[in-house]
Amino acid sequence: MTFRNFRRKALNNVMLSITGVFAFITVSALFLILAYLVYNGGKSVDLDFFTQLPKSTGEVGGGMANAIVGSAAIVGFAALIGLPIGFFTGVYLAEWGNATFSFLVRYMADLLNGVPSVVIGIFTWTVIVRPTHTASGIAGGIALSLMLIPIMAKNTEQFLRDVPRSLREGALALGAPKWQTIATVVVPAARKGIMTGAILGIARIAGESAPLLFTSLNNQFWSNPLHEPTASLPVMIYSHAIAPFDDWHRQAWAAGLVLLVLVLAANIAARWIMSRGQTAARG
Amino acid sequence: MASAAAATPMPGKSGANSLSRRLRSGDEVAWLIVVVFALSVLLITALLIAQLWIGSAASREKFGFGFLTSRVWNPVTDEYGAWPFLYGTVVTSVLALAISVPIGVGAAVFLSELAGGKLSDALTFLVELLAAVPSVIYGLMAIFTIVPAMRMYIGPGLKAAFGFLPLFQGPVYGVGYLTAALVLSIMIFPYIISVSREALLAVPREQREAALALGATKWETTWQIVIPFARLGIIGSVFLAFSRALGETMAVTMVIGNDMTVHTSLLAPGNTIAAVLANEFNEAIGAVHPAALIELGLVLFFLTLIINGMARLLILVTTGKGSHRG
Repeated sequence: MTFRNFRRKALNNVMLSITGVFAFITVSALFLILAYLVYNGGKSVDLDFFTQLPKSTGEVGGGMANAIVGSAAIVGFAALIGLPIGFFTGVYLAEWGNATFSFLVRYMADLLNGVPSVVIGIFTWTVIVRPTHTASGIAGGIALSLMLIPIMAKNTEQFLRDVPRSLREGALALGAPKWQTIATVVVPAARKGIMTGAILGIARIAGESAPLLFTSLNNQFWSNPLHEPTASLPVMIYSHAIAPFDDWHRQAWAAGLVLLVLVLAANIAARWIMSRGQTAARG
Repeated sequence: MASAAAATPMPGKSGANSLSRRLRSGDEVAWLIVVVFALSVLLITALLIAQLWIGSAASREKFGFGFLTSRVWNPVTDEYGAWPFLYGTVVTSVLALAISVPIGVGAAVFLSELAGGKLSDALTFLVELLAAVPSVIYGLMAIFTIVPAMRMYIGPGLKAAFGFLPLFQGPVYGVGYLTAALVLSIMIFPYIISVSREALLAVPREQREAALALGATKWETTWQIVIPFARLGIIGSVFLAFSRALGETMAVTMVIGNDMTVHTSLLAPGNTIAAVLANEFNEAIGAVHPAALIELGLVLFFLTLIINGMARLLILVTTGKGSHRG
């Protein structure tokens, strides 16, 4: 073997190994995060965490019951507003869309999807919180729904388009009007994909704190999410993590672990739904 | 001919007849419903831009374009300039890309060229889960891991090795530009890897086989043929990651240090647009301070808009995917 070829072989092996190392580094980042959270949070997740209110500054103990309920309410509002708007927009884009208007809607949805979450928070503050002079759980829900709409619309459109043409033609040939074809044949065929998208979208917004900072604020007590500032897990993690108290840090780890487990579980569940019967969704 | 036309009833014999039939079948109603929802998406986005524009009026009128270059941010004297935040935003994001792009593209090469289909899919799923981890959890992790490591080991180490450069001077607090960039670099891995991998997988098999048949090694094939072929998609992934990094709020806010001045040293605390919004917006009073913050939001919006647009264009050109369905 000439020296040149030896060098080429060596370079080949070295560079390919490096790419493997890089892949290992990036994959291990997830496991490091998970392990560190489990290690720190595991010690702090107890019954109190789920049932007690936060204790006042400096006191030891307490939990985040109000933030758990608050997060559920805020995300619930967001889903109630965001899922239908996103879904029907997706149906329009996939089934009706005329060239110019569809392009415009799709472009604007993409634009909305790219807006930094903190800017979504400011926008919601200017249109909801400032005019009504109340920060509330519902304002937070509206902010999060603005992030959910483009995700849901894009996903719905994608999966409706993947439904084979022959299914539509079969229904139309039987004399069904277009809306009936869509409602009883096309959407059910794409059901799995659309549901997966909804789960992923909700998991995505459930961890967002930036849009909530100015809209639902935070609360140490139980509150009515309809017209009072409402606690949420992500904002609680933020406020506890930057505070100088060890016991608050402990609580932040617990909240972080609970939030991450929920979000990852949703992602894995979505993946599982898709992998089962992918043929039905993709056609 | 004539008998055939008579046998099949022609649809849409007259416009009015057809319309009434379609109305009765419900199609027009269904169309109306979905088009209203689609229109609402359009209006929401238009309203968002309009509100940012109107909300920042007081600041735009007072400072004009000087807002972008002024270094003063003083709520007491009601003087505001965006430069320290623009600088911090761009520096942390570019630095994050500098760390993340080589590692991310390298990992994408491994996933597309070396790992088998099943392994590659499984690893890609794990990497994509990184994008699902909430930003505030990255911040929480960073406060207790990267910040102390930066203060005790990385910062002093960099000063010892490169202390002659103005980039690595001054006291090390742990928080600062470099810390934020490190956190960001981990957060943008999934965007770089999954989009780059798609672009690499889209390279035709013949390209690889031709190079290998000429006697090139696997690495030479990858480096000289496959990566150049997929370069637009890879660049697209970089822009996508860039736009994500620019708008990232919570994790950066927690580790940037919230210093209102521009520092040359990467080890010094600084600020970004998203971080100053998160920190000050709730406390802003008067007419000009909120307006100045909203104008910062507008600037950030346009910045991500431009970068995002370029990313989508490049990804569209190479893989035929993206919003407009090639």
